[in-house]
Amino acid sequence: MSFIQTLINGEEGLFKSETLTPMQKLTLRFVVVGLIYFGFVVIEGMLMRLYEVKPLPFITEPQFFAILTAHPLVGIFGSTYSIVFGAFLFLVPFLMKKPLWSIKLGNWTFILVTAGTFIFWFAGFVSHYAPLYTLYWPLPVDFKQFSVWGGTFFITGIALVMAGSAFFVINIFKTITYTPEGWEKQPSKALLASALGITGFKNLFTKNKKEHLVPLPVAAVARGSVDVALNTAVILFTGVLVLVFMIASILGFDLKNTAIDALLYKNWFWWGLDLIADGLVLVFVAGTWYLLAMMISGKPLFMQNIARAALLVELVVSWTVWSHHLLSDQAQPAILKVISGEMVTAFELITQGLAFFITLATLWSARPLKMTNPLKFLLGGLLGFALAVPAGIMQADVGLNRILHNTQWVVGPHVHVAILIGLTMTLYSVIYILFPILTNGAKMYSQKLVNIHFWCHLIGGIGMGAFMGMAGLKGMLRRSLYLNGEFNIYMILAATCGTLLLIGFLSFFYNIVMSIGIKGVIGIFTPSKIKTKDLIPAS
Amino acid sequence: MVDSKMVLTGQTLAYTFYCIVIILLVAWFSIKVTGKGKGLAVKPAIFYTFVAFLTVLGVSLHLITYNTIPWAEMDLNRSDYKPDKTFVITVKDHKFIMPSEKLVINVDDKVLFDVQSEDLTYGFGLFRQDNSMMFQMQVVPGHRNDLLWHFDREGVYSIRSTEYSGPQGVFMILKDVVQVIPTTSAN
Repeated sequence: MSFIQTLINGEEGLFKSETLTPMQKLTLRFVVVGLIYFGFVVIEGMLMRLYEVKPLPFITEPQFFAILTAHPLVGIFGSTYSIVFGAFLFLVPFLMKKPLWSIKLGNWTFILVTAGTFIFWFAGFVSHYAPLYTLYWPLPVDFKQFSVWGGTFFITGIALVMAGSAFFVINIFKTITYTPEGWEKQPSKALLASALGITGFKNLFTKNKKEHLVPLPVAAVARGSVDVALNTAVILFTGVLVLVFMIASILGFDLKNTAIDALLYKNWFWWGLDLIADGLVLVFVAGTWYLLAMMISGKPLFMQNIARAALLVELVVSWTVWSHHLLSDQAQPAILKVISGEMVTAFELITQGLAFFITLATLWSARPLKMTNPLKFLLGGLLGFALAVPAGIMQADVGLNRILHNTQWVVGPHVHVAILIGLTMTLYSVIYILFPILTNGAKMYSQKLVNIHFWCHLIGGIGMGAFMGMAGLKGMLRRSLYLNGEFNIYMILAATCGTLLLIGFLSFFYNIVMSIGIKGVIGIFTPSKIKTKDLIPAS
Repeated sequence: MVDSKMVLTGQTLAYTFYCIVIILLVAWFSIKVTGKGKGLAVKPAIFYTFVAFLTVLGVSLHLITYNTIPWAEMDLNRSDYKPDKTFVITVKDHKFIMPSEKLVINVDDKVLFDVQSEDLTYGFGLFRQDNSMMFQMQVVPGHRNDLLWHFDREGVYSIRSTEYSGPQGVFMILKDVVQVIPTTSAN
């Protein structure tokens, strides 16, 4: 096939969008949009990295901070949530061997997350709305630097994403517990108890142990979804709260810090936000590692019952670690700093280390394995968390936090390595393993491009995190600017690694487009001609 | 006394060493798992030993830092200490309002920085002349934000807000306003 033919019809013309079921289309839509938003994030990251070296003439300073505000939100909600929601809406029914409870609700999740992300990104782009620190929305609300209207649209966008997240949670739990038409009545309560870990917990104290009704990866998705639900409630509530401040301002009242205690609010919001970083991400990732290890090795999971119990521990731990974000808040009670901030947070080293070990041990039991694309990206993902979690545990220490908080250390070796290497490489592994299932046997255009993607992403991500970390140890703050080039050497090196990431992403994107063709990409977004609730076409 | 710079050097060495070990371990695993050999089940004893190792590591990190980083204990129990000097600093409209033009401190003084915000959440950090950080804390409105620090050597430091408070927060820098001088030449 010629280049043009491949570009239009995909590799060997194997991908035919008209053969896709509604479920396959739904999942692929999530993945495509998630990857487009990931492209946004990579480009924004590069622009900011260059701006840190030398302010760019086409970006104003308020615009820089607007990009800084939108960047993590687009990355987490627009990209990661999209890919994760899409993958799990497919995998949960796939593993439960029954259809998704509601494809319609799944489509609404897709629409709300996609549109909501665009709205808050666009509100930031137009109005330069930028008061947030990563995902944290500080109170009192500042109206001197930021537009009330920009903020109102920004909140609307976030609220839509949260509504989509709520629909996702409902769909997941209903899929686990419902009885499909024509089936024998399913034991809803027992399924729910198994998914949430209540059965496993009761088994610890009874002689007649009940069997686990849901597969382990589904239990991970269910437990992670509990954190999604709690986080959604906290962010929605906070959005309304910030909106109250804005409406008061429009009406001529300044609530300042008289309405809500700033520290109490900070505790509340960080509790909710931590359900993402220290909750659903870790639980979802552990469950995904287990699923990938079983699929790649074809063997049962090593220490399955311990792994199941650890997922529950991880969920409970995620509700109690928020105080590590407040170690530099001097009014925060010391007992909370030590117990929640240090000691319970250290549990994440144990639960994540345990997931790391179980995954490797499962793979080991099946050696020799072929170095497939899913395996290499899974190993990259494991390495990412092995690097990033200890970096986080170090900063969650009363002594070290005094000299690390809000430096580039936090956002480099911890956040970026965890997200880019740990999380994203795990997601790439899922994409590579699901690709033939979701596309009814389409073929990758180029293995060379897969390898370029892998090495550029791995080296670029670790390198960028490392150089940001070095700058942080030398005193460079995050969310700041150094106009005299104080840390230029580190930022130039980080930008070089960022370029590798960009090359990796472009290789991947080009490879995917050439694999399914432009016609195929468009076809993913047209309604399915097959009227079925089945996940894949009946053979 | 151990300086915060020395603590960071120790941390850099420890973390770099760990990174090299874990990267080599994953590389070794990748080669072995795809190389010749037979799949063997890992003994549960190895697993439980690993879990015990992680538990000891997680807890001991904080015990070690509490007993070796000099400011950790002082920070958690700062109400038990009597400061040699106290500086009350107010922050408003993205500006630090200082009690005097320069803050002069004697070597070996324990100094309490009591920083109050009248509008937004800010940060308060002391930075050396090479831009490295000496320490920082958050400045939350409506609350007491106080930090006790023992200055054991001479130096000149800048104050900078360490928390994002919008684009204007970037310029919250007071260059070389803290001077630590020998006791003999002090006021």
